[in-house]
Amino acid sequence: MSDRGTYIERPNRPLQVYAAIFLIVLYVPILFIPLFSFNDSIYVSFPLTGFTTKWYSELWSREPLWNALWNSVKVGAVVSVICTILGVIAARAITRYRMPGKSALVTFLMMPLVIPGIIFGVALLVLLSRAGVPLSLYTVGLGHLIVCLPFAVATLLPRFEGFDPSMEEASADLGENGWFTFWRVTFPMVFPGVVASLLLTFTISFDEFIMAFFLTGTDPTLPMYIWGQLRFPQQFPSVLAMSSLILFASFVLVFIAQWIGRMGLEKK
Amino acid sequence: MSNSDAFISIRNVQKFFGTFRAIESVSMDIGQGEFFSLLGASGCGKTTLLRMLAGFEDTSAGEIYIDGQPMSDVPPHQRPVNMVFQSYAIFPHLNVRDNIAYGLRKRKLTRAQRYELVDEMLDLIKLPGYGTRKANELSGGQRQRIALARALILRPKVLLLDEPLGALDKQLREQMQLELRALQRKVGITFVFVTHDQEEALTLSDRIAVMAGGKVLQVDTPQGLYEAPVSRTVASFIGNMNFFEGRVRRNGAATGAVEAEGLGTIPIPVDRLTRPDGAPVQVALRPEKFALTATRPDGDVPAVPARLNTAAYLGERSHYYVAIDGRTAPVAVSSPNVSRVNGPAQAGSDLWLSWSPDAVVILDPD
Repeated sequence: MSDRGTYIERPNRPLQVYAAIFLIVLYVPILFIPLFSFNDSIYVSFPLTGFTTKWYSELWSREPLWNALWNSVKVGAVVSVICTILGVIAARAITRYRMPGKSALVTFLMMPLVIPGIIFGVALLVLLSRAGVPLSLYTVGLGHLIVCLPFAVATLLPRFEGFDPSMEEASADLGENGWFTFWRVTFPMVFPGVVASLLLTFTISFDEFIMAFFLTGTDPTLPMYIWGQLRFPQQFPSVLAMSSLILFASFVLVFIAQWIGRMGLEKK
Repeated sequence: MSNSDAFISIRNVQKFFGTFRAIESVSMDIGQGEFFSLLGASGCGKTTLLRMLAGFEDTSAGEIYIDGQPMSDVPPHQRPVNMVFQSYAIFPHLNVRDNIAYGLRKRKLTRAQRYELVDEMLDLIKLPGYGTRKANELSGGQRQRIALARALILRPKVLLLDEPLGALDKQLREQMQLELRALQRKVGITFVFVTHDQEEALTLSDRIAVMAGGKVLQVDTPQGLYEAPVSRTVASFIGNMNFFEGRVRRNGAATGAVEAEGLGTIPIPVDRLTRPDGAPVQVALRPEKFALTATRPDGDVPAVPARLNTAAYLGERSHYYVAIDGRTAPVAVSSPNVSRVNGPAQAGSDLWLSWSPDAVVILDPD
């Protein structure tokens, strides 16, 4: 009998076909966006009429687009930093302290992952308007904090779980107080998780639409701007061009986040 | 406050975890420069006691004095002790040099001075030139030495070691035992060493505290613990021991004796008998204090006839179980294989069992 590898690693043709179909169904629709962004026609339809980069060059001259992009970057940067700080605090507390109702606490922290954004959006909108808070980029940021926090915690928790508590004790034993122990031992050891959390939460805030839809004031974020442009058919190819760029940037950021987040973990 | 020559003084220390009493009123003194071991099975409270010395656990009651200073309100980072952790806790993001120099930040040294101190420590632990190695490039034995160096570079008054040799394989462990003992003599720092390995404790320690169930059963030198255990628990925890039911026989004031099941009457100096005439006692004798011979030994040596049940050949020595009249349980005997001919005798053969009366230990009944 020929060697077909181990039981687990034996090649399975139907499974390979299934995996290929799965990935095609998942990603081919998205690939139409960059495809049509290079098409020399304002209509999204086959056959393709010709190759052009004019939709991309046109983007450069749009003032509102750059404002929207800058708004998204500002919100994303602030949200990712705050989320990651809160995530570090939460992850450290969850892994270090014995407390009643810990699993319930973790569940509540993760809940925004499964609660529809529209519900959170409406709830926040009602609350803010009752409280008389005007809608602005700050309110968008508030919404994004709720959406992004579970991702920060989920990224940081494994880092803290794989962390031998005697490392912090060793630092204390060698004469460092809690503050210096954090900066000399804890933070460097969870640093890859911190970077991954920053990148991931930034990307999520940058791409987020539903919360922004309810909570944006007069300054739109980039997804809000794109949505606004959909009403004008002649703008559509530019939207496709912009979406392609965002797609590419998001992919790169998430890829880097995943890669950094796993650094050093597989050794354990 | 505490004994004048005691460097570490533990006074009526208790520890509760919720309602569970982990340490039950422990008091002991440890002298300066002593290699002191806390020995016990897992869960006996030895690690808890060590962590209380380091300051990682509060004392529920009582006080610990180090060099005369009460430690209750002193946080771990201000105590004059350093610890070698069971997992070594080598910082993975730092290289060997930065690991060893970790505690030197507050000393306000120049980089060159720091590196010089580190190089001295690397020489001491016999890893010269390892300064720039990464933590994950080290073997278990090397990590253990780095952990030692990282603690010793601060010249602590006390070094605490939490089963530091437990993760090493047998050969390396024996080598590290010798090195650890030599190192302790060289630096002259008080070592408090936690272990569950009685052989390791006997090899390394000046004195050993045997612990069980949160209590200290006996504090003594290795020889004292082995030759004169104070209770059956201590006697059976350190090495092997045969126990015989016995009774005190006082023959007036001059000489005394115990009558032990199967062994007859054994003369014992009166000053070693604490209980009154006729009182029940336990007579304990270690397996190697017996001798097995084919004929009755000459002279005044006490001996009884015995029948060999089983024999096990272990190379340097053999273990035997023999049956004697007047006792149901077999007696364990261990004797060195001095010459090639006195290997294990045939099971079922009739022999003479003799013992040295000096080695008899008299214990109160349980």
